[in-house]
Amino acid sequence: MQRSLTFNIFRHNPQDPASVPHMDTYRLDETDSMTLFIALHRLREEQDPSLKFDFCCRAGVCGSCAMVINGRPGLACHTKTRDLPATITLLPLPVFKLVGDLAVDTGTWFRAMYQRTESWIHTRAEFEPAAQEARMENEVANAIYELDRCIECGCCVAACGTANLRPDFLAPAGFIRVARFAADPRDERTDADFYEIIGSDEGIFGCMGLLACEDVCPKHLPLQNQLGYLRRKMGLTVLKKLLPFGG
Amino acid sequence: MQIIHTDLLTIGAGLAGERCAIEVAGAGFSVVCLSLVPARRSHSVAAQGGMQAALGNAIMGDGDSPDVHFLDTVKGSDWGADQEVARMFVEAAPIEMRRLAHWGVPWNRVVAGTHTYWKGGKPFDATEKAENHGLIHSRAFGGTAKWRTCYASDGAGHAVLYTMDNRAAQLGVTVHDRSEAVSLIHDGETCHGAIVRCLRTGELRAYLARATLIASGGYGRIYRASTNAIICEGTGLSLALDTGVAKLGNMEAVQFHPTGTVPTDILVTEGCRGDGGTLLDRDEYRFMPDYEPDKAELASRDVVSRRMIEHMRTGKGVQSPYGEHLWLDIRHLGEQHIRTKLREVDEICQNFLGIDPLHQLIPVRPTQHYSMGGVRTDKTGAAYGLKGLFSAGESACWDLHGFNRLGGNSLAETVVAGGIVGRNIAEFLQGYDTAFSTAHVREAATRDEARIGRIVSGADGKESVYAVREAMYDILERAAYVFRNGKDLTWGVQALQEVHERAQHIGLASDGVGANAELALAIRMPGMVRLALCVCHGALMRTESRGSHTREDFPERNDRDWLNRTLASWRPGADLPHLDYEPATSYVELPPGDRGYGGGKIIPAAS
Ligand SMILES: Cc1cc2nc3c(=O)[nH]c(=O)nc-3n(C[C@H](O)[C@H](O)[C@H](O)COP(=O)(O)OP(=O)(O)OC[C@H]3O[C@@H](n4cnc5c(N)ncnc54)[C@H](O)[C@@H]3O)c2cc1C
Ligand code: SF4
Ligand code: SF4
Ligand code: FES
Repeated sequence: MQRSLTFNIFRHNPQDPASVPHMDTYRLDETDSMTLFIALHRLREEQDPSLKFDFCCRAGVCGSCAMVINGRPGLACHTKTRDLPATITLLPLPVFKLVGDLAVDTGTWFRAMYQRTESWIHTRAEFEPAAQEARMENEVANAIYELDRCIECGCCVAACGTANLRPDFLAPAGFIRVARFAADPRDERTDADFYEIIGSDEGIFGCMGLLACEDVCPKHLPLQNQLGYLRRKMGLTVLKKLLPFGG
Repeated sequence: MQIIHTDLLTIGAGLAGERCAIEVAGAGFSVVCLSLVPARRSHSVAAQGGMQAALGNAIMGDGDSPDVHFLDTVKGSDWGADQEVARMFVEAAPIEMRRLAHWGVPWNRVVAGTHTYWKGGKPFDATEKAENHGLIHSRAFGGTAKWRTCYASDGAGHAVLYTMDNRAAQLGVTVHDRSEAVSLIHDGETCHGAIVRCLRTGELRAYLARATLIASGGYGRIYRASTNAIICEGTGLSLALDTGVAKLGNMEAVQFHPTGTVPTDILVTEGCRGDGGTLLDRDEYRFMPDYEPDKAELASRDVVSRRMIEHMRTGKGVQSPYGEHLWLDIRHLGEQHIRTKLREVDEICQNFLGIDPLHQLIPVRPTQHYSMGGVRTDKTGAAYGLKGLFSAGESACWDLHGFNRLGGNSLAETVVAGGIVGRNIAEFLQGYDTAFSTAHVREAATRDEARIGRIVSGADGKESVYAVREAMYDILERAAYVFRNGKDLTWGVQALQEVHERAQHIGLASDGVGANAELALAIRMPGMVRLALCVCHGALMRTESRGSHTREDFPERNDRDWLNRTLASWRPGADLPHLDYEPATSYVELPPGDRGYGGGKIIPAAS
């Protein structure tokens, strides 16, 4: 039987001085293969053109459409209404600045993160157009790719207790970025260099280890492993710093 | 109004825009990139397959060279490409792939020894050479004589775009995201930058630039069903068109892919059919062998798309709340194959359609996929008609792809063209000075402000922007889809002219304050309809079939009359684009001949 869906959607337009944050309720008949992408567009086009939300690829690869869906951060484009109860509550991701309704400004947050982690290969080697490429083991390439798959959706940041308390916390997405470059032999940075970036309470030592982040990552990135790995590595780096013969 | 000065303004921060920006910033100039979304969400991120470059490291690419890549590209274009551009492209592509490796792309690498690969549903063994161990690997793509597509697992676009954006950040390139260029500032001779609307607040800003680059991607979203990201609405192209002097090239050349899924038009790979998947109709009858007894589902993209539409026209399509479609059946390939070799297809089915392809049919239909048309530039990337205006990537008609682009050649084009055009822009900026007239800036800003004000207040009428868009979709779907004919196109042009008139009378149903999507679309809508008219009118005039452009009433490729490129411009106040033509290529390395696939008769050039 076709269900009638009820949507409770957070509403606030920060650009409108008269706007007060509140929830609005909408109804929609469910269709086959309906996703939140389809549902939200139908609501906007048929019922309320002022609704604000973000989608881009609508295929689970660009990270635009993260929101809190019935209490849990996730990608709206690959959430099927069929997998949800008939009442669906949608909230914008916390931590990020609100653009309007369900749309948040992840761009500014992630730009600051990649400036802070210097999210690029640090090398003294110059590119030589006429030379053959430097060789790399395929296994290494695959391992880097596995850590490079983060789509900057912000779900893990939104789910992280520390990130919600501390605006300067580098958060799981930042740690996985550091791990990606630490795993890349082309990057000449040392553990001590990475320590400068993450060896503090705003960094890896602020993590409470409850792992809400890994649970919500739509790309199933190995956040847990990498957090543990970085924490051990940074612990060792501290030791080396303290001990005169640590090297 | 805030005014921002820069040496180069890039409209678009996808691969093409950022590759140019890096070249120009590296030469010491200031660069600002605009993007509708954070740079890394640009459509380039969605490409999975990879990019072509004749490195020849893999055993199945043995003996490959830029010459072979050149032949594939020009044949693929159905001789619509500029051969001088194709030559530059194939020579530079290998260098660019290595450069990307240097910047951090985790390309898959050759592993020496014997491996099992797949072709046409069958496994085979091949031995990779020991001396190539650790060099960049490549995979097979349609229409290529050699395995030439460099890849990073199933996310080449992601890996390359993230690396590119990292490199741009390292060089201090500024990206202003959630910013949309709404018009170009120009005096009819020189381009001076753009008026930009902030998609957070709705405010207008002026960017004054000595050089301006349009790298805004494709215009797939003028069609209802497109594999493109939903932001690919072609606004960069319409800004150029609206100057009245810049020209768009080959807008009628639109590529369709047979297996876009329904409802959300996500692409499932050609590999499904390659491995033995079949197409079924509403009666679950396999119809392709009736039309193409030899190749059936394995005919080329354009051929299969054509047959699917023909078959739906006989009333055999499946009706759904999202429109008519057919079925793709891969059930018989079995669990082992589907869950491993076609994992990505399996995931798309489960995550987005909520179906299990082991037991259920996949709803598919031919779907707009790539825009060969774009802002016409010369080989340096300079736009026709306006000094200081450049274009690169999918938004440009440079013209590498002619009437049909090969898989893997587009991503490669973004970085190769980005590099070449970027170097040309840096050279152009060297010692180039221009005077910005405040009057032109004011004029442009006042005009845009007034237009937006009229939309918000409903001063020009109360047309719903969504209704106007649906009307445009309906027309393009009937007149300028996979098949075209004189009767439908004539109707389509006229119907679009009416929609264009309606687009001048859009009024909002909401308040239009802040990040309002209804207003953003309303601002774009008239320009999108003008692009649709360029497609339809160009297709009506081109009385032949070439590449993706198929005229039922003119099935031959006609080199005698049509070995040329359509140029569309829009004169102020006109209700139709003005068309003229130029030879497809002035440099001929490969004289016109048979493509070797797709069939069809050719009327040879006169000489
Ligand atoms: C599903 C899919 C798979 C594909 N796979 C492959 C593949 O495997 N290999 C291959 O070669 N090709 C592939 N392609 C094609 C290829 O991905 C694109 O052609 C290419 O990425 C286009 O890059 P671009 O830099 O030109 O534009 P885009 O990446 O689309 O970037 C456009 C930029 O312009 C911005 N923009 C647009 N309008 C404005 C405006 N008015 N103001 C400001 N900014 C604006 C956008 O925000 C964005 O930053 C695929 C395409 C699709 C749809
Ligand atoms: S494990 Fe650490 S990073 Fe992950 S959510 Fe918890 S506090 Fe945040
Ligand atoms: S790590 Fe996962 S959840 Fe976090 S931003 Fe990246 S993709 Fe999203
Ligand atoms: S819209 Fe791109 S991930 Fe959902």
